[in-house]
Amino acid sequence: MTWETVIGLETHVELATRTKIFCSCTTEFGGEPNTRCCPVCTGMPGTLPVLNKRVLEFAVKAGLALNCEITRYSRFDRKNYFYPDLPKAYQISQLYLPIAREGTVSIRTQAGDKTIRIHELHMEEDAGKLVHDPWTGQTRCDYNRCGVPLIEIVTEPDFRTADEVIAYLEKLKETLQYLGVSDCKMQEGSLRCDVNLSVRPLGGGALGTRTETKNLNSFKAIARAIDYEARRQVELIGEGKRVVQETRRWDENKDATYAMRSKEDAQDYRYFPEPDIPPIELSQDYLDGLRGAQPELAEAKRERYRAHYGLPEYDCRMITSDKALAAFFEGLVALGAPPKQSANWIMGEVLGALSARGMEPKDMRLTPPTLARLIERVGAGTVNRNTAVKVFEAVFDADGDVDAYVREHGLEQVNDNSLVRDAAARALEANPQSAADYKGGKEKALGFLVGQVMRELKGRADPQAVNAALRELLG
Amino acid sequence: MELRELTALELGAAIKRGEVSVKEAARAALDAIAARDGALNAFITVTGERALERADKLQPGARDAQSPLYGVPMALKDNICTKGVRTTCASKILGEFAPPYSAAAADALEGAGAVSLGKLNMDEFAMGSTSETSFYGPVRNPWDLSRVPGGSSGGAAAAVAAGMGWYAVGSDTGGSIRQPAAHCGVTGMKPTYGAVSRYGLIAYASSLDQIGPLCRDAADCAAVLDALMGRDPRDATSLDGGYGRLLEGLTGDIRGMRVGLPAECFGEGLDGEVRAAVLRAAGVLKGRGAQVVELSFPVLEYAVPAYYIIAAAEASSNLSRFDGVKYGWRAERYDGLTDLYRKTRTQGFGAEVKRRILLGAFVLSAGYYDAYYKKALQVKAVIKGAFDEAFRQCDLLLAPVAPTTAPRLGGSLSDPLKMYLSDIYTVPVNLAGLPALSMPCGFDGKGLPIGGQLIGPHFGEGRLLNAAHAFQMDTDYHKRAPEGGNLV
Repeated sequence: MTWETVIGLETHVELATRTKIFCSCTTEFGGEPNTRCCPVCTGMPGTLPVLNKRVLEFAVKAGLALNCEITRYSRFDRKNYFYPDLPKAYQISQLYLPIAREGTVSIRTQAGDKTIRIHELHMEEDAGKLVHDPWTGQTRCDYNRCGVPLIEIVTEPDFRTADEVIAYLEKLKETLQYLGVSDCKMQEGSLRCDVNLSVRPLGGGALGTRTETKNLNSFKAIARAIDYEARRQVELIGEGKRVVQETRRWDENKDATYAMRSKEDAQDYRYFPEPDIPPIELSQDYLDGLRGAQPELAEAKRERYRAHYGLPEYDCRMITSDKALAAFFEGLVALGAPPKQSANWIMGEVLGALSARGMEPKDMRLTPPTLARLIERVGAGTVNRNTAVKVFEAVFDADGDVDAYVREHGLEQVNDNSLVRDAAARALEANPQSAADYKGGKEKALGFLVGQVMRELKGRADPQAVNAALRELLG
Repeated sequence: MELRELTALELGAAIKRGEVSVKEAARAALDAIAARDGALNAFITVTGERALERADKLQPGARDAQSPLYGVPMALKDNICTKGVRTTCASKILGEFAPPYSAAAADALEGAGAVSLGKLNMDEFAMGSTSETSFYGPVRNPWDLSRVPGGSSGGAAAAVAAGMGWYAVGSDTGGSIRQPAAHCGVTGMKPTYGAVSRYGLIAYASSLDQIGPLCRDAADCAAVLDALMGRDPRDATSLDGGYGRLLEGLTGDIRGMRVGLPAECFGEGLDGEVRAAVLRAAGVLKGRGAQVVELSFPVLEYAVPAYYIIAAAEASSNLSRFDGVKYGWRAERYDGLTDLYRKTRTQGFGAEVKRRILLGAFVLSAGYYDAYYKKALQVKAVIKGAFDEAFRQCDLLLAPVAPTTAPRLGGSLSDPLKMYLSDIYTVPVNLAGLPALSMPCGFDGKGLPIGGQLIGPHFGEGRLLNAAHAFQMDTDYHKRAPEGGNLV
C-alpha cells in the first residue's frame, strides 16, 4: 500500500520588540540568569500584566501578511499548569479569541505551487528556562525569558512532504523578517516548530492518529524527524499495531523520536479569560493604518525586480534573501546604478566580503552611495573593474570615500591612448619572443603581453584598450 | 483634646494647625494597639518603630501639607503589598514574604502623608466572612469579644472601631469591606471596579477585587478615596473616573435624590432588627429631602452561586503561584517536584482556601466549564442589566449589608454554604463592578452595630458619599465607639 503523510505545524515565533509582553524588561537574548526579569514577569504576588502595544501591533502585522482575518474583538486567556519555569503557574495566551484566523501562505517546491492554510495566529508569553546541573544534580530556574512575547502560528494539516514544510518555514521566516517583527533565529530559539503528523492510505479518507514532535532545532532536524516519524507510523501499522496519540521528542543524536507523554496524561489546562487584561478592541482606523504601513514583502520585490529591472530569477532570489540586502540594492538603483551591475556587485563582492567577515547584511557599514559611486566610475571608465574590486575592499569596512581613495592611491584609469600605445610598444620590445610566439599563432602569448602592459601602467589601464593596442602593433 | 474621638480629617487639621504632633498621634495609636490588640488580634504585624520614624520625618512638612490626611496614622490590610514589610495574606504560605515593591494604594497614601502602623489581620487570602480563617488566629469584634468582626477585612474594621488608627484600607471582593464595616460600626466603601489600582493587591478574584477605605465617617472615606483613586498605568483594568474632589462635594444636600428600596433585599432571611434599622435610615434620608421609591431586583437569588463560581475559578488560578518554588513557605520534606507542590500547598493553605481552590479548579475543568463558569458569566451579565434597570428608576439603592448583626465566633465555618449565603446583599455589587458603601444605621438589642448599604451606578461614589454624609449629619451611630468591648 502507498501511504500519504499528513502534517500540520505549530510554530512559535519570538517577537522582536524591545521589551517584554507585559512589563518593561528587555527581551535581549542571553544575560546572566535572572538579571532580565522583574516582579511582573516573574509573577510576584499582586503584580499585574499590562499589554505591550508593540506586541499587538507586530501580531496584527504578521496576521495581515499571512492573509489572515484579524479579530476585531480579541482577548487573552489563562492556560493553567504547574511547572517551575512558569512562575505564575499559568501562561497568558489566547484560546477563545485569537488575534488572527484563517490565513494562507503560498509556497513553491519542486513539485509545484501550493497554498497552506493558516488556522490561527495568537499572542502569548514565553516561559523561563530550567538549567540542569549534572554536577550537583540540581535544577535551577532562569526567568530571563519569562514574558518574552511570542506568536504561535497554527496551520491546517495541509503539508504532505518535508519539502513543503521547509518551503513554508522559509517563507514564514522571510515574511516575518521583512515585516521586522522577528529575527527568526532557530539557534537562539526565536523560531520553534512542533510537527503534528499522521499517515493514511494514499487517496484520502479519514485522517490517521497523529503524534506531535517537539524539540526541533533546525530545518534539517525537522526534515529528518518528519521522515523518521512517517516511517515509524507506517511500520507500526504494517505490523498490525496502532499509532498512539502522544507527544514525542526529537533526539538529534540518535536521529529518532521518542515518546514524552500520551494523550491519557494530557493536562487539563482549565483555560479561562484573563481578568487582568481588558479585551482588545481594534478600530478600523487602527487596522487601516497598519495595513497601509505594511512593507513590500520579498515575493513582491522579486516580482518587481523581474518586471522593472529585468533581473534573472536567480538574482532576484539572491538579493531578496535578506531584507537589508534588498534595501541596499534598491538604494543603489535609486542612485542611478544600473540594476544588473548592482546585482552583480551585491552577489559577488558584497556577499563575499560579508561572508569573509562572518557578518550579516544588516550590520554592514558600507552604504549605497559609496558603492553607487564606484559603479559609476567603472561605468564612466575612470576606474577599471579590477581596480574597482580593490577599492571596494578598501572602503567596505568603514564606508570610505571612493574618490579620495582612488585619488590618493593614483588609481584613475589611464585613458590616454598614446600612453597605452607607448607602454605596449615597450612591452613588445622587451619581450620579442612572446611577440614572435603570437605572430606564430600562439594566442596565449597575447595574454602575457597584456599583463606586462597592465603591470607597467599599475593596473590602471582598460584591458580592452591594451588588447587593442597590442594587436594593432603586432599587425 | 481626646485624640481618639477625632475623625481622620479632624486629626489631620489639628496636625496642620500644630495642635497635635504627628508623633503624638502615632504614639496614641500605638498605645491603643498595645492596650487592646492582645484581645482583638486585628494586627498581624505592627510596625511601631517605622511609624515613629516616619512621624519624625513628616513633622516638618505638617504646616504646609496639602493632604487633609497628612500625618494621620492608619493601617493596611495584609493583602496589600508593602515594600520590605512582610505581607502574609494571613496565610502560612506567605508567612515570611516581604515584597520588594509596594502596592499602588500604599504608595498613594504614603504620598498623602499617611503614617502606617502595620498590617491588618483578615481571612486567609480574603476568603471568608468572619476573619476566622487567618493562620494568625481569629480577629474579635470590639463591640463583643465573643463575636466575629465580619470579614474578610475584619482586622481593618476592628482596628478603626477600637481606635487603633484613624482609618484603614481593605479590599472587597464580595463584601469584604462593607460587611465588617457593618459589624463593627464603621463606614466602609467599595469603589467602582477599576477606580483604585489593584497593583500590589494580592489577588483573590481579579475581576471582582477592589481596594477601599474603612473609616469613622463618610467624610473620612471621601478624603481617603481622593488620595487612592485614579488611573494607574500598571493596572490595565484601572479607569480614570475623573476623581480627586469627593471631599469637596460633600454638601449634605440630597433634596430630590431618589433612593430605591429593592423589595427582594427586605424579604425572607433578613433579621427583623436589621430590617427596621435600614428602613429607618430610609426615613432619615427622606427627612433630608430624598424621595424613597420601592422597586424590584428579581435576580438577587442567583448572585451568590454566580459569585462563588467566578471568585473560586479566578482564585484557583491566582493562588497557583504559591507553590513553594520561588518565595514564601515551602514544605520541609518532599520527594521530587510533584511532592514539593503537593506538600507545600497541602500544608501551607488553610481549609477554606483549599475548598475554594478545589471548587474553582472543578468549575474550570474540561466538561464543566460551560455548565458552571460560562453560566456564571451569563448571570453576571444579567445582574449588571438588573442594576441598569434599577438605576433608571432611582439614583441610588438602599439595602442591608448583612442579614444579621455579627455572629458568634466559631458558629460560621462549620456550615460554609450558610456563610456564603449571608453574602447575598453584597456580592451583586461586585459582579456588576459598582460602588457601594456601608454606614452605621443603628444597633440591635444586644448593642451590636447594624450597617445600611448604599449602592450607586458606575462612578457614583460622589453621590453615595454625599447621601451617607447627609445621613451622618442627622444621626450619631457612627460616632459611638465600643467601650473596651464586652468581655465575656
